[in-house]
Amino acid sequence: MEINPKLFEPLERKEETTSKVLPSLNYWQDAWIRLKKSKLAIAGLIIIIFIGIFSFLGPVFLKSKYFETSLYNAYKSPTLEHPFGTDELGRDVLVRVMYGGRISLAVGFAASLVNLLIGVVYGGLSGYLGGKVDEIMMRIVDILYSLPVLLIVILLMVVLGPGLVNIFIALGISYWTGMARIVRGQILSLKEQEFTLAARMIGATKSQILFRHLIPNTIGPIIVTATFQIPNAIFFESFLSFIGLGVSAPMASWGVLASDGIRAIRAYPYLIFFPAIFICLTMLSFNFLGDGLRDALDPRLRR
Amino acid sequence: MEEILKVTNLTTYFYTQGGIVQAVRGVDFNLKKGEALGIVGESGCGKTVTGLSIMRLISYPPGRIVDGQIEFNKVNLIQLRENNIALIRGDKISMIFQDPMSSLNPVLTIGNQLMEPLIIHKNCTTSQARKRAIELLELVRIRSGSNMLARYPHEFSGGMRQRVMIAMAISCEPEILIADEPTTSLDVTVQAQILDLLKDIKRKINTSIILITHNLAVVAGLCDRVLVFYAGKIVEEALIEDLYAKPLHPYTIGLFKAVPRLDVEKEKKLQTIHGLPPDLISPPKGCAFHPRCDYSMEICAIKEPPYFNFKEFRRVACWLYYGKRDFNS
Repeated sequence: MEINPKLFEPLERKEETTSKVLPSLNYWQDAWIRLKKSKLAIAGLIIIIFIGIFSFLGPVFLKSKYFETSLYNAYKSPTLEHPFGTDELGRDVLVRVMYGGRISLAVGFAASLVNLLIGVVYGGLSGYLGGKVDEIMMRIVDILYSLPVLLIVILLMVVLGPGLVNIFIALGISYWTGMARIVRGQILSLKEQEFTLAARMIGATKSQILFRHLIPNTIGPIIVTATFQIPNAIFFESFLSFIGLGVSAPMASWGVLASDGIRAIRAYPYLIFFPAIFICLTMLSFNFLGDGLRDALDPRLRR
Repeated sequence: MEEILKVTNLTTYFYTQGGIVQAVRGVDFNLKKGEALGIVGESGCGKTVTGLSIMRLISYPPGRIVDGQIEFNKVNLIQLRENNIALIRGDKISMIFQDPMSSLNPVLTIGNQLMEPLIIHKNCTTSQARKRAIELLELVRIRSGSNMLARYPHEFSGGMRQRVMIAMAISCEPEILIADEPTTSLDVTVQAQILDLLKDIKRKINTSIILITHNLAVVAGLCDRVLVFYAGKIVEEALIEDLYAKPLHPYTIGLFKAVPRLDVEKEKKLQTIHGLPPDLISPPKGCAFHPRCDYSMEICAIKEPPYFNFKEFRRVACWLYYGKRDFNS
């Protein structure tokens, strides 16, 4: 380019260029966009949705019922008619895995719901109110925490008889304590921060500060704990059913199926293979999803 | 001008493991409508605690206002219950904090935080509050307001965050704005902008400002009247012109000497006040400044000096002025 005197004329003032306007998104739209970026989390989400549909809608399309026995068909290897084979009473394993999924998923979600409702509020209140209230609330948590869940289930079984209700009550009593402790710890440090003072400065009440300002700041640990506790609860139910304290026949959860399958593992390995695969897939998916959600829901990690 | 705030004998202590920290030890002053009052003093002399006490934001434990009255429009704030004081905070009296980096909630959008006081105090609907929030952002000179509302604090620079804090503090057009070192963590050009902004706001909505700072130049730029704090007490009060014309208390004199000046020779060492700030758990007997004072006398170590008043808004707590009629002699 050639330098000439013309270039040194004053620049003509153009209309002020407006700064580029980024589309404004609300919190959830924004979180969704970030969640989509994590392939593992999306894979997890898809698998969870698939397992959900599989468990809750699957039985509608199948002729066999989970309680239908047929001794002629006992221990059949996977065929077109029985894609997952049949068990020692000739029941279709596929439909039983579907029903098992219903129970396992229900247990998992119930546990995380209890966690979120009781654990977060309890921990939040305890941490924010502090002092003697905190002291008393945390001692109650300690007591609940020190009771072995197994003991609670056995005691409940004595009173109520075996069944799913026991598991729900036991989870309800004990599973939120971990969450309460985590949230309390977070709130304890957050409430000393300047923005809490700033929130008090603008005249926010205690509950507004706790629920609007403090708890959203703990969303990361809350999501991680909740998603880790879903597979935990599923595993716990499987374990209880495995040792015979869970759901009773002919209902079955994945744990029951696995425990049935292990008896015949040498001769008919597919009996444990299918329920085990579903337990593994669910747990992995929840872990991946939880990881992705933590990153997506924390606006500080927004780029 | 009418008086809107009258503080009498404000005493705030902190009960710590090491003992009782006497952060504010009997402070009286008043504030008139539309006036800007500066509070200066070194770190830890009770400036911020005074501000927080007025807002009743001292949390117990460890802090507690042990004595005194804070009358705001004839209402004693100290006797108000927590939910009544919450109605005043952010609406009638609000405060800007030192650190803009940590005073905004990192997980809420700027818009959400700006709208909150309006929704709490003015019963605004979300759309009204949004409209007002955009106006406020324009008032604090953050451009293209509506787009900014969806941003999070970490996307803003320090100066912008401080302006958002100011916008939050003035959103309900408070009668008193307490600015606690609003410019400390900002660079000089931004400092100047923020001070301009405060002046502007003072003019536009006729707010009284209490400016807490340790920067004498900032005080000179904005305030009508100054209180000099030392060890939790007011040691000197003066109109800004008077203070610059003739500081009276040895501590104030020391402060002025410690300001670097362009018009003196470069080789000369900057004068400092020797010694360390006093320990407020057991403040020195007599005048708290006497161990560091160049002019200390026998009486300074024995008896605390009363205030010597020379005219309205001109008082000093120092024995040097005992028996003097006017401060020039």
